[in-house]
Amino acid sequence: MNMDSQVAYEGKTMKGPFAKAIVELGNENDKIVALTADLGKYTDLYPFKEAFPERYFQIGMAEQNLFGVAGGMARTGLIPYVTTYGVFATRRANEQLAIDINYGRANVKIVCGLPGLTTFAGPTHQAIEDLAILRSMPGMTILDPCDAVELYQATKAIAEFDGPVYMRLQRGEVPVFFDENSYKFELGRAKVLNSDGEDLLIISLGLMTRHAFEAVLALEKEGIKATLVHVSTLKPFDTETILEQLYKSRAVVTCENHTVMGGLGSCVAEMAALHGAPIVLRMVGVQDVYATCGSTPFLFKRYGLDSATIVEHSREVLHAKEKFVS
Amino acid sequence: MGTDKVCNYLLKSRNLEQLRELAYRVRRNVLVQAAGKGQGYVGQGLGSADIFAVIYGSVLSWKPENLKWEDRDRFLLSIGHYSIATYATLAEYGIYSENDLKTYCDDGSILDMSANEYAPGFEITGGALAHGLSLAVGMALGAKYQRKTYRIINLLSDGEMNEGSTWEAAMCASSFGLNNLTALVDVNNVMADGYASEVLKLEPVVDKWQAFGWHVQRVNGNEIQELLDAFDCAEKVKRQPQIIICDTLMGKGVRFIETRKKAHFVRVDQNEWEVAFRQLEESKSR
Repeated sequence: MNMDSQVAYEGKTMKGPFAKAIVELGNENDKIVALTADLGKYTDLYPFKEAFPERYFQIGMAEQNLFGVAGGMARTGLIPYVTTYGVFATRRANEQLAIDINYGRANVKIVCGLPGLTTFAGPTHQAIEDLAILRSMPGMTILDPCDAVELYQATKAIAEFDGPVYMRLQRGEVPVFFDENSYKFELGRAKVLNSDGEDLLIISLGLMTRHAFEAVLALEKEGIKATLVHVSTLKPFDTETILEQLYKSRAVVTCENHTVMGGLGSCVAEMAALHGAPIVLRMVGVQDVYATCGSTPFLFKRYGLDSATIVEHSREVLHAKEKFVS
Repeated sequence: MGTDKVCNYLLKSRNLEQLRELAYRVRRNVLVQAAGKGQGYVGQGLGSADIFAVIYGSVLSWKPENLKWEDRDRFLLSIGHYSIATYATLAEYGIYSENDLKTYCDDGSILDMSANEYAPGFEITGGALAHGLSLAVGMALGAKYQRKTYRIINLLSDGEMNEGSTWEAAMCASSFGLNNLTALVDVNNVMADGYASEVLKLEPVVDKWQAFGWHVQRVNGNEIQELLDAFDCAEKVKRQPQIIICDTLMGKGVRFIETRKKAHFVRVDQNEWEVAFRQLEESKSR
């Protein structure tokens, strides 16, 4: 496989890429402020708090108020970065996101931890439908970065964008997947990581690209060649890049750390149908269930988000394609 | 929007007669908007007219010719359905014309039944109730951080005190000692399902706000002098947000609406609008 030079997956990690980026932003622009609802420590905001105590606002464990306050601050010309967990933002404070932030186009950056099945704490903390909820909000911008390099770059890029953004956060030691010198995050653009996969197209969102990459390598050993496209901006969706690939391939697998309803898989299915791309599609993701408590590797295996499952779906969709073509 | 009305703007006035005249004209404009319509919040508009007259005519630092003036005081209408009173008031400053007022609630009009921040003179989109106070807290924090001296005033309703988010914001405002924030509650005791006092136990309201760390006053919200005095007092408070609880009479100024059984939507029959205008006129000499 001719994997693009943008990838440098060697098992390395980077500590707190979000923290690093937001502190740098703070130095560059005194309109950048940070707010949290008793989760500053667990969303990598403490370095910002230490660097800019007068710009760090502890709102308390009250997410409806958190997002209302952020909307108010944005209306005074500030650029608030707001952190909490994805579930609390999108489930509990949904109306504040919709009206105080999104309807008014308030320039608020919503940065949320524990995406999908990346927490021990079970269904109360696993944001498995955050993207679907927000995709349905008119005009919202939604990001799910893959790794430390992309998260760092995206944190900085969204400061330049005037309007509300929801971004999924990976905290602490975050794996490095992309090469920090050659990879360039672009808001709204998907990345074709290799284009020589004549058998199959895999489209993956956020951290799933790390698992999809492993699946591509495993499939190659079986003689199956897959193209891998990485999506980090779910909305607005990069129709141009994805459609070009869909027309080339009839067998498609989507991968998301999220329910398969209303996220990446749905997005690709809608696009294929709307544009008449004749594809057979399999969606890797949470299959309309609530998961249990457990470690991420355990949950990814149990609920079918690991690379082995992506390989299985790939074989299966190839088989289905043959029937479909004949 | 129309600016065909030539008027002497009433700004920062302490003149009771002028403010009473403004309140009367706000009421008249409320009737102009609602007359003949099968919908609209005429009871609320009439009941809160004195509050609106005092806020725009006396309290706020603002520029009718430049609504986006950066250093303006911010007035937030958390109770979105009171937008009828905002249009009525802003019409006296040339921001909406009489013809604009007549389009209230019409399809395609910018005078929405519920406040919309894309309409002139509105800071927020109220109506999804109990959002305003959090937005006000954010603006007050933003002002303090940026060393701005403008004040934030948020008008909420007694019904909004049912919502948890109001109390989240209340706790937050006092935690940050936001003395640049003043809230007003219109206590007209009417909610969608009946009397507020019967929907859910709200009293003792004064004690509740005091317990949340606010400077609290309770006034007759239909007495202009009491409102002026309360704002004077609130402005001097050093380290606390302030709340002025305003008891009002829904439909104030039009006797048959004042005495009609109260409801979220006050019913006015087609043949009663003429009477409404006449009774409002008579109320000036009451």
